[in-house]
Amino acid sequence: MSWARKDLLGIAELSPEEIGLILDTAESFREVAERPIKKVPTLRGRTVINLFFEASTRTRSSFEIAEKRLSADSMNFSASSSALVKGESLIDTAMNLQAMSPDLIVIRHGFPGAPHLLARHLPAGIINAGDGAHEHPTQALLDAATIRRHKGKIEGLKVSIIGDIEHSRVVRSNIHLLTKMGAEVTVAGPYTLMPPGIEALGARVSYSLDEALDGADVVMMLRIQLERQGRMRVPSVKEYFKLFGLQAQHLARANKDVIVMHPGPMNRGVEISSEVADGPYSVILEQVENGVAVRMAVLYLLSGAQGESR
Amino acid sequence: MSSDRWVLRGGRVVDPSQDLDGFFDLLVEDGCVSKIEESLSAPEGCEVFDATGLVICPGLVDMHVHFREPGQEYKESIETGSRAAAAGGFTAVACMANTDPVNDKRSVTAHIVAEAERFGYARVHPIGAVSKGMAGEELAEIGEMVRAGAVAVSDDGLPVKNAELMRRALLYARHFDIPVIQHAEDLDLTGTGVMHEGEVSTRLGLPGIPGSSEDVVVARDLILTEDSGGRYHVAHLSTARSLDMVRQAKAKGMAVTCEVTPHHLLLTDETIAEMEFSSDTKMKPPLRSESDRQALLAGLVDGTIDAIASDHAPHHPDEKAVEFSCSPFGILGLETTLSLCLDRLVRSGTLTLTRLVELLSTGPARILGLEAGSLAVGRPADITVFDSERRVVIDKDHFQSKSRNTPFEGWKLQGGSVVTFVGGRKVSL
Repeated sequence: MSWARKDLLGIAELSPEEIGLILDTAESFREVAERPIKKVPTLRGRTVINLFFEASTRTRSSFEIAEKRLSADSMNFSASSSALVKGESLIDTAMNLQAMSPDLIVIRHGFPGAPHLLARHLPAGIINAGDGAHEHPTQALLDAATIRRHKGKIEGLKVSIIGDIEHSRVVRSNIHLLTKMGAEVTVAGPYTLMPPGIEALGARVSYSLDEALDGADVVMMLRIQLERQGRMRVPSVKEYFKLFGLQAQHLARANKDVIVMHPGPMNRGVEISSEVADGPYSVILEQVENGVAVRMAVLYLLSGAQGESR
Repeated sequence: MSSDRWVLRGGRVVDPSQDLDGFFDLLVEDGCVSKIEESLSAPEGCEVFDATGLVICPGLVDMHVHFREPGQEYKESIETGSRAAAAGGFTAVACMANTDPVNDKRSVTAHIVAEAERFGYARVHPIGAVSKGMAGEELAEIGEMVRAGAVAVSDDGLPVKNAELMRRALLYARHFDIPVIQHAEDLDLTGTGVMHEGEVSTRLGLPGIPGSSEDVVVARDLILTEDSGGRYHVAHLSTARSLDMVRQAKAKGMAVTCEVTPHHLLLTDETIAEMEFSSDTKMKPPLRSESDRQALLAGLVDGTIDAIASDHAPHHPDEKAVEFSCSPFGILGLETTLSLCLDRLVRSGTLTLTRLVELLSTGPARILGLEAGSLAVGRPADITVFDSERRVVIDKDHFQSKSRNTPFEGWKLQGGSVVTFVGGRKVSL
């Protein structure tokens, strides 16, 4: 099949075939990282702007490396998230960048829907690199790539996502992707961090770490940020770790070949113990590795270069 | 200048105040309705308006609008706001006090009244603030404002948070027999919320405003109303539970009324997803769930809801052309309400035409104690003439309002205003 979308705004609107296409394409880009000269000419002469309104180390470097390995000309633009503070509106910022004729814009923004606003106004292809608590499609795609490499498939797997469900864009994109691909998804976390109606996205809900781990093939731990949510949600980090922190002894409940994932950045001793993070079941660094290949695939497909020769 | 004597001939007259629905001619003299009869010959020097095929009803009253004057005339002014009212078929509006400065004293009230009379497109009835500066601490000079023309009090835009202040306002307003209009919202429960909390906010990752944010305030206020014997009106009621509480209060015989907006009757939180985070779907209270919407429709039919009001809230296009989370709350309503209601409530079979006129005219006039809402002989000739067949496409570029923030752009509807008469004068725009 061929890619038809101008933008990648979320997983919610993608078909299983489109997801499969990205994952297969990513697979073919993996070997570039193993070459002595890690570069292909695929996007030579194309311009990509990385527009980051929120601090990000992992995602931005991953996109940058992906762009460089594809020989695209890339440029970084960082700004504060709030239109009110900044004095210039998002649309004005974007129109200025558009005037420099980029082919693609990768945007990370603190507010849901910001990439959609750009997509409506700009001819450039827009890649959502995280919009508030809404979606983070390339994260879900790289998670899927990681799961597929370990399990050979996604269909039929039991995947548990544990932590601050309410404020996580990763969990939303992952529920969409994993359920579309036939996995059984459970989300677990404190009552005070569980958004209402999350079941409607297709996930089962649990409020117990042990229950969520029962028979799991994949366990994804999410970062918890008390500084952002305030103490009305969880009284302390210490108490959170006792309720939902993943420690080695918990994994006995999971499937024996379970893999443990984390989108990062990780808080050791808060949602995950170092023993687990560095342990034999952890695939956390592989996720980062797969991130580059998945983002190369997304950049390639959205650039329209698929129709041309590679 | 239009003539002051008119015969409106051949129209279907719908007037719930007199239980009237039939074909009558109307004679208007000296600013008042002077005759309604099956067939009237026009006296000499009298102009004739041919209303064949049209509906004639008591002038529509929008009891909840924001005209932004004084202070934010770049969004709307009394002139453009009242032009928008006339274009939408309204002969009277009540404008909220959250201007800059706040309408919390006689001088501001008097300014609004004088400005509106200068243009004459529609009657503009000021609503005074409950508290000085809408700060929620001390009572504003309610009596002074009433003498200058205020018809109710409200801190709308903000809730009256302090229960003691609310209790005292309900008691004090009894002197003037006016309602205290509450924007029912618990700001702690709203928090950083920007849309209704539920499945859709969860899916979109937008912070939610729970229905309970409205309900806890309505519950508290109803208790205070019962004890104070005051008159209480819930502005833009949006949840099933608040509606139930109002229903029970009415059954007890309390002086409680409520209004709903067309957008809460026709749209839901799902609209935000369908319109891909458009800031034209952002308002307070937020678009609620489908079950809330269904409950509101039932409340229209069973009489629990007393009025449809638009909460016309103009914002400059630049303010709305931002991320959903950064946009101000509020949408326009004056120029879309009648067509939306005729098409989606009457044509769809939910309401009779009589009930709609009650909700858009007689009901709100009664709540605010206006002389409007009736075409009885001797009443001011505030008249709306509309065509329930005319095909309308909502086109914001042709709005009389200064602003453009509507989620109904492009809607194809059947029914719309033809002309209004205010005090016997035909309004021309």
